[in-house]
Amino acid sequence: MNELVPPKPKTIDLVNASLAKRRASERLFRGIGLISIMMALMFLFMLFYSIVSKGYTAFRQTHIQLEVNFDQQLLDPAATRHHDVLSSADYSSLVKASLSKLFPDVTSRNEKRQLHGLVSAGAAYQLRDMVMADPALLGQTLQLWVPADDDVDMLIKGHIDRDGPETERRLRDVQIAWLDQLAAQEKLSLKFNMLFFANGDSREPELAGIWGALMGSIYTLLVTLLLSFPMGVATAVYLEEFAPKSKWVDLIEVNINNLAAVPSIIFGLLGLAVFINFMSFPRSAPLVGGLVLAFMTLPTIIIASRGALKSVPPSIREAALGVGASKMQTVYFHVLPLATPGMLTGTIIGMARALGETAPLLMIGMVAFIVDIPSDIFDPATALPVQIYLWADSPERAFVERTSAAIIVLLGFLFVMNALAIILRKKFERRW
Amino acid sequence: MSRKSFVLTMALLTAAIPCFAQAARDYVSIVGSSTVYPFATVVAETFGKTSRFKTPKIESTGSGGGFKLFCGGIGVAHPDITNSSRAIKKSEIDACAANGVTDIIEVKIGYDGIVIANAKKAEQLQFSRKDLFLALAKNVPDPKGSEKLVPNPFKTWKEVNSDLPNTAIEVLGPPPTSGTRDAFVELAMEGGCKKFDWIAAKEKEDEKQYKSICHAIREDGAYVEAGENDNLIVQKLEANPNAVGIFGYSFLDQNTDKVQGLMIDGVAPSFEAIADNSYPISRPLFFYVKKAHVGMIPGIKEYLHEFVSEKAWGEEGYLSDRGLIPMPVAERTAVAQDVKTLRVNVSRH
Repeated sequence: MNELVPPKPKTIDLVNASLAKRRASERLFRGIGLISIMMALMFLFMLFYSIVSKGYTAFRQTHIQLEVNFDQQLLDPAATRHHDVLSSADYSSLVKASLSKLFPDVTSRNEKRQLHGLVSAGAAYQLRDMVMADPALLGQTLQLWVPADDDVDMLIKGHIDRDGPETERRLRDVQIAWLDQLAAQEKLSLKFNMLFFANGDSREPELAGIWGALMGSIYTLLVTLLLSFPMGVATAVYLEEFAPKSKWVDLIEVNINNLAAVPSIIFGLLGLAVFINFMSFPRSAPLVGGLVLAFMTLPTIIIASRGALKSVPPSIREAALGVGASKMQTVYFHVLPLATPGMLTGTIIGMARALGETAPLLMIGMVAFIVDIPSDIFDPATALPVQIYLWADSPERAFVERTSAAIIVLLGFLFVMNALAIILRKKFERRW
Repeated sequence: MSRKSFVLTMALLTAAIPCFAQAARDYVSIVGSSTVYPFATVVAETFGKTSRFKTPKIESTGSGGGFKLFCGGIGVAHPDITNSSRAIKKSEIDACAANGVTDIIEVKIGYDGIVIANAKKAEQLQFSRKDLFLALAKNVPDPKGSEKLVPNPFKTWKEVNSDLPNTAIEVLGPPPTSGTRDAFVELAMEGGCKKFDWIAAKEKEDEKQYKSICHAIREDGAYVEAGENDNLIVQKLEANPNAVGIFGYSFLDQNTDKVQGLMIDGVAPSFEAIADNSYPISRPLFFYVKKAHVGMIPGIKEYLHEFVSEKAWGEEGYLSDRGLIPMPVAERTAVAQDVKTLRVNVSRH
């Protein structure tokens, strides 16, 4: 018996000794995780803050109240009420006349030009549309709110420093004085910017709207959905349920996964070469945009759909086959309905990605200035993200807030689509 | 998904994508320079709103990309007009002719100034074109005086010209794909480069070497390619008072409270100075029309008339509000005459 040999350490002591260190490393790991999440949230918040704080003002637009006399003598002297006469009449002189009535002492040519510059060129179009819709307006006098010029709008919203030197502003001192006079008479006010939602693109910021781009996006996504969903689902069903195990099927699988990672501009080049140059489809049409984006989303849909089919337990198939269903019946009446929620989720996420895509559209001419609202899939059109890109590059300052406002709308759509995907999954998903 | 709806979608699809050729086009299709884009779009919009024709479609493809599409051939699939911030090249005329595009009408629309600017709160600097060349060229003549080239050694403006402040050279400008960059290189860099007699003498002997000396921009970080977005350059200048930016006149015009245009060779970039050609870095802008399409596509002739009307490109027209510098009256009248008679003024020789 040798009493000098120290007793063998007990396991519990070893554990206790290392405990502090283990806890510390766990705390460290948790801390790092928390910090990364906080950072991600912070950046997200900064992004939202910068977009919303810049963009929310665009939803309201400065309007000026004018007393407009629809002078029969000026617009339609022969009282023909003919479409062409009413359409080509000089409505801007009505606007000029009502401005002169407000400020009768403005007489010099240069000052008149500055006075007329306060009101948007869109005011004349607004009057024309009113008369075209209702020719009975001729001869009447109405109080109307018409959009103000973008420089006025920027001043009212505080994006132009009114106290700075006159030469550094786009508005002259005398114009600001007139505006103050209008404001004092309550003839100047911020109103909901209906034009932003109803118009197509315009080079006048106060007339520029997202409706054209939105319709373009909708037509494009419609083509994408109609093509990629059935094709994607059919491919997934075949590969998952019917395809024999072979080298070729493996090869196809690998390639589908590769395609999902191909940069989207490549699909644009493909669209340019095949659809526009070879098949001579029209440039800038949502049809071609939809085809290109369908290629881009197909792999996503196929992969999601195969995942959904895989998650249907084999017992369902075996039971169906056991009661005498054919392979086809098993798939269509038992497996597919159970896999549908998963497939729809994948499709919606693929669509959301397609909605935010610009690069492939650049190649096929959808990055263009298009004023008219597209009415079908063959008309020239842009898409929402393209509109954002175009506005961001415009020199007029009022486009800054409009760019951010369009981003808010785009984010809104993406948010709704992703929420829909989550709701569908939560509501219909079955776990075995 | 039920079998019935599946079959139905498939049937719809096969009906929806027949292989068809484009039959007709009832709107004018325009491509080309991003510098002309802000002007052409305003004309197109006014034209669309005030005429019975559809609004022309305008793609911003850059001058070179525009000519490529424009010269693709005759027919509805090809654009009718291409905008350009430079005159058409001989090679492009040949490419056009090879595809049957022979009758081309050149329309000069006015001038654009290229502005060197810095933040309003920064010191107002004065450059000569020689300063710009020395500050931005990849290789510069040996500062010790010999007739050979050395890699650009200058780090601060003071080293370039002792009248300039002792701040680091930091210039934000457009990338090589931009027409603004081409024009800057040709007008400002080459203009400064020529001031060295022995380099100017090379123009006759060896044009290729001359161009490579005068047109190469340094790549060591002093020249920062800030992308095609000129708004971005304006924002960056505001944040960094030591930086200098290069962009089109229309952006200076819209942002005079944030940035100031710097004098070049003693001339400030003002509307008048660009119009009377005393400001050294300005260039003409053009568009080119395919004569064969006039009459085939509705609205081309009317769009041209809108563009060359006094209310558009005149001294008080809406294009000058956007920053286009108008041509003198005599030149405007001459170009408008060419447009009205559709005179083909681009020839292969």
